[in-house]
Amino acid sequence: MKFRAKIVDLACLNHFTRVSNMIAKLAKTCTLRISPEKLNFILCDKLASGGVSMWCELEQENFFSEFQMEGVSEENNEIYLELTSENLSRALKTAQNSRALKIKLTNKHFPCLTVSVELQVSSSSSSRIVVHDIPIKVLPRRLWKDLQEPSIPDCDVSICLPALKMMKSVVEKMRNISNQLVIEANLKGELNLKIETELVCVTTHFKDLENPLLPSDSVSQNRHPEDMAKVHIDIKKLLQFLAGQQVTPTKAVCNIVNNRTVHFDLLLEDVSLQYFIPALS
Amino acid sequence: MKCLITGGNVKVLGKAVHSLSRIGDELYLEPLKDGLSLRTVNSSRSAYACFLFAPLFFQQYQAASPGQDLLRCKILMKAFLSVFRSLAIVEKSVEKCCISLSGSHSHLVVQLHCKYGVKKTHNLSFQDCESLQAVFDPASCPHLLRTPARVLAEAVLSFPLALTEVTLGIGRGRRVILRSYQEEEADSTSKAMVTETSIGDEDFQQLHAPEGIAVTFCLKEFRGLLSFAESANLPLTIHFDVPGRPVIFTIEDSLLDAHFVLATLLEQDSCSQGPCSPKPHHQPVPQKQAHSTPHLDDFTSDDIDCYMIAMETTGGNEGSGAQPSTSLPPVSLASHDLAPTSEEEAEPSTVPGTPPPKKFRSLFFGSILAPVHSPQGPNPVLAEDSDGEG
Repeated sequence: MKFRAKIVDLACLNHFTRVSNMIAKLAKTCTLRISPEKLNFILCDKLASGGVSMWCELEQENFFSEFQMEGVSEENNEIYLELTSENLSRALKTAQNSRALKIKLTNKHFPCLTVSVELQVSSSSSSRIVVHDIPIKVLPRRLWKDLQEPSIPDCDVSICLPALKMMKSVVEKMRNISNQLVIEANLKGELNLKIETELVCVTTHFKDLENPLLPSDSVSQNRHPEDMAKVHIDIKKLLQFLAGQQVTPTKAVCNIVNNRTVHFDLLLEDVSLQYFIPALS
Repeated sequence: MKCLITGGNVKVLGKAVHSLSRIGDELYLEPLKDGLSLRTVNSSRSAYACFLFAPLFFQQYQAASPGQDLLRCKILMKAFLSVFRSLAIVEKSVEKCCISLSGSHSHLVVQLHCKYGVKKTHNLSFQDCESLQAVFDPASCPHLLRTPARVLAEAVLSFPLALTEVTLGIGRGRRVILRSYQEEEADSTSKAMVTETSIGDEDFQQLHAPEGIAVTFCLKEFRGLLSFAESANLPLTIHFDVPGRPVIFTIEDSLLDAHFVLATLLEQDSCSQGPCSPKPHHQPVPQKQAHSTPHLDDFTSDDIDCYMIAMETTGGNEGSGAQPSTSLPPVSLASHDLAPTSEEEAEPSTVPGTPPPKKFRSLFFGSILAPVHSPQGPNPVLAEDSDGEG
């Protein structure tokens, strides 16, 4: 098993850092899947995360100037590593003014992902080198089947999200009032966030949102446009998702399966993020 | 006693107090002939800090009124720090700072003369005490590093704020290495990230140390001095020796002197970090990077006897200030020999047959007193890991 990659372009490095910061906010521990074409950050631990799952994918050639990997075997040319997300984002944080960033799989007393940064410090002629050894756990093949790309469920309503920052500030305030939230949307471009307690009911209405076109044989064809598809979810999970979004995404779509799941499908430039929050039982 | 500080020097004093507050809970204040000395030591006695402000630092400096004894007192660090709590405000609005004894000698009066005629008077209660002194001699340390504080401050940025200990060493190619130190965990599942930063020797004004030497000390306490040195834009000199012997950081200027003495970790298990680790690897060991990023794994730390810094509390050491005490060398030397045995008795963890855990408790300041002056007998203090105190 071998992995080594290098980033020399500052813009790519910053983008990679932003992705890593987002992952760190979304999942404390996650799985990094390395394959010849892609890198994936995966969270699929149903029990620990309370049913939330995440699938983030990026094309390696959009980031790395050099990328070499050798998976577990020829037929299974992939590597699955488990790591603490914050370690990676912390390591990348030190690389802000760097000339080059190298990532390798190493084994120094314990298996780790070594992030090595060459910094050019303006005040000195020489370069400074910072090396971070992030401890990892290599996941055996028998666990791989649980970490595959989630199938996109047939949704009842698909709607483009309003500004995420605005959603976040609304949900933050709602969190002080209730632990649960109902998210509902229809095919007329309306999205509502509702909370209800004994004393008070608060609803925030977002209007004039776009509904992306769905394949012609989808379930929603027979829906009345004004019918709301709704899911009752844990407000903290929604807030965690929203808090992780630091930049405005290129595309942000919310797919709702009535009373089952809310699925967020985001595109951040060239990185795709899928986030699933299940309905509260 | 009367000290008058004006202009930008008030902020410098404030910064010094902030640095000291990272180490200890009590501030020992002593106006000496050579200047005003502010000292502190941490509760586990594994860190000592001392600032000496020369008379030139002050607009007016009077160590003692004629006929009066020199003041030797200790004040609660929190109380003294509260005077300089917000350095930004100190810088913006304080024009003069006057430190004196109250008329009845019951309080230390710190008066801040601020803009617009505002005067803030702090009456701090103090306790008379013996002079706090650590016996150390930078000249006796064989190894030396000297660099603008900024270089180290930048290097330390890569470490998380919560990191307690850091190892400083010299690697291949004469690069200075700073590495986060983690204690060996019994279970390998919860390992922490290890960060290592290496600086080329051209960034150092002086570098007299062999490749392979490395010492581990408390980063939290060091950060206090580093931030002071960086803001004062002064070079920092690091004197060190073998692991186990204290590391001495000094800043020198025409107006002030600062010494921070920190205990270093005594490496008991020289093989655990070495390349000669007996643990079998599951994967082939990858080749090291082409350029020199030497790891401290390459160093072998010698098994050495336990050394310690002798804490001396004596009376009447007038004029010696922060200088290493020369008045009691015979006693100090004897104490070094005594130390290992008394430590072994006092330390409950040193059970025969079990290797001592890698902690700072192997270093401590014993209180070595000349029999005449000692109100209490020698008191070996277990130097617990000081991160609770920093």
